[in-house]
Amino acid sequence: MKQTTAKESVGRPPEGQQPEPPLEDKPTCGCGQSPSKTKAAVHNDAPRIEGVIRTEAGTVPRVKTELDLIDHLGAWRARWGIRRMSYSVQPGLYAVGNPTPQSLVLVSANYKLSFDRLRSNLSGRDAWIMALDTKGINVWCAAGKGTFGTDEIVHRLETVGLKDTVSHRKLVLPQLAAPGVSAHEVKRRTGFSVVYGPVRAEDLPAFLDAGMRATAETRLIRFTLYDRLVLIPVELTNWLLYVAIIAAAMFILSGVGPGIFSFGRVVDAGPLTVSLFLGAFLTGTVAVPILLPYLPGRSFSLKGASAGLLFVSAMQLYAWQHGGLFDGRLSVAAWFLLAPAVASFVGMNFTGSSTYTSLSGVLREMRVAVPIQTVCAVLGLGLWLVGRFI
Amino acid sequence: MFELRYLPNVVTLKLDSDKCIGCGMCAEVCPHAVFTLENKRARIADRDACMECGACAKNCIAGAVSVKSGVGCAAAVIRGIVGGGEPTCGCSSTPAN
Ligand code: SF4
Ligand code: SF4
Repeated sequence: MKQTTAKESVGRPPEGQQPEPPLEDKPTCGCGQSPSKTKAAVHNDAPRIEGVIRTEAGTVPRVKTELDLIDHLGAWRARWGIRRMSYSVQPGLYAVGNPTPQSLVLVSANYKLSFDRLRSNLSGRDAWIMALDTKGINVWCAAGKGTFGTDEIVHRLETVGLKDTVSHRKLVLPQLAAPGVSAHEVKRRTGFSVVYGPVRAEDLPAFLDAGMRATAETRLIRFTLYDRLVLIPVELTNWLLYVAIIAAAMFILSGVGPGIFSFGRVVDAGPLTVSLFLGAFLTGTVAVPILLPYLPGRSFSLKGASAGLLFVSAMQLYAWQHGGLFDGRLSVAAWFLLAPAVASFVGMNFTGSSTYTSLSGVLREMRVAVPIQTVCAVLGLGLWLVGRFI
Repeated sequence: MFELRYLPNVVTLKLDSDKCIGCGMCAEVCPHAVFTLENKRARIADRDACMECGACAKNCIAGAVSVKSGVGCAAAVIRGIVGGGEPTCGCSSTPAN
């Protein structure tokens, strides 16, 4: 097989590929919009192409291993959940450096963050990257959904003509793809054997240099402070709508009192009510992820409730010294129920972002927590409303 | 000391040692080091660390491992109850890769 590098052709999608129609919309996803709501066929976030490689199976675009400003801006945008679901690259085969038929094939999701993380850890190497169509979703989530799965690998292998492009029969997959991929099935159906690389792309160079052997440490998924911090923006974005509605409702309800309703009271008490609610909400979305290992208990709802209790206790301490935070004893009691309930519910939802919670565990904790949260919220709201008349 | 551990004694992970051929794949794919290999047989060393991702079962050629896999995500469970059906999750926000 002879290969030439042509610099003149720029930005062409891999040959033999049509954009595929988006999947049917299913009301399933818990964390963010379903990808099919956005135009899945838009791949305007494609990495800068620097020339093409010609192979037996066609031309393959070559991507850089350095990330540029646009990539970093895009990553930042994706972290905040802005157009996150359409942050994708065209599925297909890509080249890094000057790969030959003997070069390694690394399989990636077509979520641009995943793809970028992979290519940026391949600098100075010659390799192929096969981007699967995971509907613009990252490796772990796509594997869980099965879009990063055996079928898609088999399909993509054929579409890009990998058997004609490389002479060996080996694929390197990220370890986190394993929930969706059956290595022995891929082998049986395509002849390609699957090697699972490390969990994090950062450990890939060491893995490759060690003759494709991952250390025990690089096989573990972590949940460091940094891992948790980068999740906070998207958590905030996901809650935005609900929080805005509840805050607006509580703002208006602040006007309830003797004489049923007064706008003066809305202006007086509204901002404080909304602040307390937002405080409880931020306790659940920001403080819980940050303090996760230090909050008592194992269940996230308990961790959230304790954080909420801490928050409202701090507020009460402040009120004792400076006064003015709560209107009356009933209001204090109300917030001692409301804040933990809100923080507990929001904190419980952080299980969806964590890397160590099992579905069985979440179901068990919810069976206990949701009724308690509901009772506390209803009781708290009742006390708060009654308190406005006293 | 401040280790992140989830609820104990809940996961659905099962290993049938009689079927195990000792290939070590389960230990390799598990991101929580739940399995160890002893005398050419897999053993569940840390069951409570399992997050039910299903990677081990999916990659066990001997069919010795089973687990009811799913995403441990409260929002997904709520949606599953509201909308009906299994709790599934798009969860495009996990940190790794
Ligand atoms: S993957 Fe299956 S056969 Fe291989 S060691 Fe694990 S349990 Fe045994
Ligand atoms: S289901 Fe996932 S976390 Fe649990 S033992 Fe298997 S690979 Fe490990």
